[in-house]
Amino acid sequence: MLVYAIVVLAALGGLFGAVLAVASKKLAVETDPRVDRILEALPGANCGACGFPGCAGLAEAIVNAGAPVNACVPGKEKAAEAIAAIMGRAPEAGLIRKVAQLHCNGNYENVKTKYEYRGVIDCHLAVTQFGGPSYCQFGCIGLGSCVRVCPFGAIVIGDDRLPVVDTSLCLGCGLCADQCPQKVLDVIPINQRVYVRCNNRDRGRVARDECESSCISCGVCVKACPSGAMQLITNAVGSVSMIDYDKCTACGVCVEKCPRKCIHLDPPIDPDVAICPKPEPVAGGCANCPLAEGCGSKVAS
Amino acid sequence: MLGQTFTIIFGSVFISNIVLAQFLGICPFLGVSKDIKNAVGMGFSVMFVMIMSSAICWVVHRYLLVPFHLEYLKTITFILTIAALVQLVEMFLKKNVPGLYQAMGIYLPLITTNCAIMGIALLNIQNGFNLYYTVINAFANSAGFLLAMLLMAGIRERLEEAELPESMKGLPIVFIVASSMALAFVGFTGMI
Repeated sequence: MLVYAIVVLAALGGLFGAVLAVASKKLAVETDPRVDRILEALPGANCGACGFPGCAGLAEAIVNAGAPVNACVPGKEKAAEAIAAIMGRAPEAGLIRKVAQLHCNGNYENVKTKYEYRGVIDCHLAVTQFGGPSYCQFGCIGLGSCVRVCPFGAIVIGDDRLPVVDTSLCLGCGLCADQCPQKVLDVIPINQRVYVRCNNRDRGRVARDECESSCISCGVCVKACPSGAMQLITNAVGSVSMIDYDKCTACGVCVEKCPRKCIHLDPPIDPDVAICPKPEPVAGGCANCPLAEGCGSKVAS
Repeated sequence: MLGQTFTIIFGSVFISNIVLAQFLGICPFLGVSKDIKNAVGMGFSVMFVMIMSSAICWVVHRYLLVPFHLEYLKTITFILTIAALVQLVEMFLKKNVPGLYQAMGIYLPLITTNCAIMGIALLNIQNGFNLYYTVINAFANSAGFLLAMLLMAGIRERLEEAELPESMKGLPIVFIVASSMALAFVGFTGMI
């Protein structure tokens, strides 16, 4: 009896072992070892900022579909160099890092509270209750749905209700922009400096009453902009000023002209990356440029 | 035969649901039920593996263990059989059906050592089923598993939005929900 048990089990084990050994040879799938090595070089955040499904998707695309080796946003130069070494390809130029920017200045001072919201802490749900707890139905809700979706912990809600983006941590994946029910977050290249800090689509008096810093769709910025970058974008609900960043030269005229002070000119986020926003330096060189202070442009020298 | 087929299916899906009444396969029930997409993927992978392993184990038992009077070895034999089978299936899918492998691939290694698969293979033998009823029973139990996963994932997606006391967040509330679901399924007892 004991012999049978040993023989049968040994035979079964041997048979399965042999079948698996043969199968692993016959059914071996040839995978490019570079895919695994690239996957190791990537940060593994699976944020999707590169436009591919997760880090594995990007690794596959770099090897098989010729995606740029520096497509990974959070990996920055470190990952790009490692992948370039694996692939033997140079990084592609012209990919400027993006960070999230808030198109709203509706803090507690500027916009009054309509009612006290005591529901579930989630912007999407708050919006369904009379358009959110603040008087402006277009602005930031401030309940931090963006904070919870951010994989890098780059967003915190400030004391004034508005989310504050830590630009050193933000890697521009855009998950917060997708998550925000009000669409007041957007990822914008870090060499930009002018931002419309408002998303209010109402006009004139109505917009004025809703927030101290609201865009009233007056169009002054559109007329004032020398490069045609400012435009009033209209949708079903109304219009708001927006910037065409391909044209914006960060001259700051709109910031001065805006009667509602909802367009802001911010200091450069990263002077090393800031590229002179002007297509041609002003006459007389950078010394005559109104933006010279704080400008780290590479054109300057 | 049709009558007993129906009895097995109804009995396994609802009355003695594999998760909520027999308490097998609790690990994926709690671990992979965070969202419906993964729960359904896991459910169908379990269905696939369970039907196949039950059938193979039945054949091994009937034609290898019974003739040599080695029924007492069925536990260890089934462990060996299921582990080897899942490995083989994984390799086969990777090579020949990449689409299915993409969908099930990450769950297959998890299923290899799942007590639900093993439990059903053993129960089939214990109940003296023939090959046809074995396959039916495996299908019905995995359908019950899929149902339980789906219900749990649906509830957990709602729980994400619920405002819970800090200490209840995460697994504690899931345990409470699971026990309530098990209690609810007791209501099916005695229907057949």
